[in-house]
Amino acid sequence: MNPLRYDLKLIASWITPGTKILELGCGEGDLLHWLKREKQVVERGIEIKESKVVRCIERGLSVLHGDINEEIEDFPDNTFDYAICSQTLQQVYEPATLIRAMLRVAKMGVVSFPNFGHMKIRLKLITSGCAPVTEELPYSWHDTPNIRVLSLDDFQHFADQTGFKILKKAAINTQGVQGKIVRVFPNLLATYGIFLIGKQ
Amino acid sequence: MNEYAGQDPDGATVAGANVGGNSVGIVEKQAFTFAQPPDPMSLESGASIGPVTIAYETCGSLNKEKTNVILVLHALSGDSHMAGFYTPEDAKPGWWDTMVGPGKGIDTDNYYVICTNILGSCMGSTGPASIDPSTGKEYAFRFPMITITDMVTAQKALMDHLGIKKLLSVIGGSVGGMQVLEWCIRYPSMVVSAVPLATTCRHSALAIAFNEVARQSIMADPHWNNGDYYGQKKPDMGLAIARMIGHITYLSDESMRHKFGRKLQNKSALSFEFGAEFQVESYLQYQGKKFIERFDANSFLYITKAADYFDLARGYGKGSLVKAFSRCQAKFMVISYTSDWLYPTYQSKEMVKAMKKNNLDVSFCEIEAQWGHDAFLLPDPRLENLIKGFLRSAVNESVAI
Repeated sequence: MNPLRYDLKLIASWITPGTKILELGCGEGDLLHWLKREKQVVERGIEIKESKVVRCIERGLSVLHGDINEEIEDFPDNTFDYAICSQTLQQVYEPATLIRAMLRVAKMGVVSFPNFGHMKIRLKLITSGCAPVTEELPYSWHDTPNIRVLSLDDFQHFADQTGFKILKKAAINTQGVQGKIVRVFPNLLATYGIFLIGKQ
Repeated sequence: MNEYAGQDPDGATVAGANVGGNSVGIVEKQAFTFAQPPDPMSLESGASIGPVTIAYETCGSLNKEKTNVILVLHALSGDSHMAGFYTPEDAKPGWWDTMVGPGKGIDTDNYYVICTNILGSCMGSTGPASIDPSTGKEYAFRFPMITITDMVTAQKALMDHLGIKKLLSVIGGSVGGMQVLEWCIRYPSMVVSAVPLATTCRHSALAIAFNEVARQSIMADPHWNNGDYYGQKKPDMGLAIARMIGHITYLSDESMRHKFGRKLQNKSALSFEFGAEFQVESYLQYQGKKFIERFDANSFLYITKAADYFDLARGYGKGSLVKAFSRCQAKFMVISYTSDWLYPTYQSKEMVKAMKKNNLDVSFCEIEAQWGHDAFLLPDPRLENLIKGFLRSAVNESVAI
């Protein structure tokens, strides 16, 4: 099995073995596949791209083809232990609604996203005067799927306003399978943030 | 009239296919007869029938524990001949030869695959063209009304006869998909996994409408004679038109545009007459003509009616689809096609929704295809890989249990 991307490895390390997981925007199912094999979780995924859904099912994963905002609605309350939304929140039109839905269908949620507060992005905006294009957010303003740019601190405020708890968090710097935890000035120095969230 | 290459919803043709290679090879049609008097089979309508014969074919080998059985369920006018050839001289293999065979989506090296001809059909199982032992004549319209439920009851009798207690998977498209769903609800502890393809939990008004026009065209044929036409001239015109209507619903605007457009048949200019001028006309006439050679008009009437009656919510959930699926235990993979307007994706999503609300293990994929309802019968590596992967996980999970 290919080694997991660093951020996914970190998420996986937070998951209790044998639990029931829903992943929103599961792509080709790398995380679910790993969790199923290594931690014997019961997995469900939602993915919008047909070719990726086919890949997931070929790998033996249970995955639904569709839009995460709609597909999450049909699950009964507390069906899952974790609802994971890895690097997708920044593409969601109504993040508060989605997070409420995640905490309705699952006991806990895991959310990760690229940090728009990173030093590189701040500098780019100041020096060039143009909307920053970075490795983590590689699109131009006009063709980006990332319609919600947010920093780690933004998410913290969002939690307070929306009314959910941050149970655990990790600020990381990562490239592929390599990466490290950022402990000093995370909102300035981390490229990604990962949050474990729960109901208030 | 032109011989058309390509698909036929109940008998996919494969150019150049022959025995050998990755074919299951020679297969044999078998028959099982049960419900002998004085114990006829009870039907959903309250009527009963007996004896009942079910034609079936098998591929692959049954393992010692009898845990590698896959039941394939055919569509409206299909038959038990899913794969392989009856004789080396056969021009065409079975209708799902692209999916069933060694190394294929339903791998006969691993699985024991059974396909039965549905009750009411005319391809070896008891139907209106069979002899009614009480009169010594064909049943014709004295054949009792049958439902999808009755078809599954008969299939279950065959499984009992074969000593099969677990079905690793039940797979079928269209009317076959209805039987898949029926199996999962009726015999929840027997079905490990299920693949309903391009199907629905109940016909829309649109689907019933097309079936009714098709039935009316048969019954309006003077040779139909209230169903009593055996041994004399048959309602060929009515059945051919019924088939032509069916074929329109199996295609799509897009596929017809690609396949025919406004192309003319064997001519370059309009001739201003009522012959088959456009290719699409010629194609439909050819399909109609081919169909009357192999199918019985009364069977068509009975089976389309059974499909129209099918309604899982009404039958098993007092109107609620969620309730209907509440007894299911199977792991599901539901597949729909973007251009299928006979059983559109919203109908598959409805069943997926009901499964999710019941906490069932369900996967769903809407495959992008321009071929309309027909798409599930066409060779498609995506469907093959989906089924292969899904079956593998069904095996793994059933071992874990």
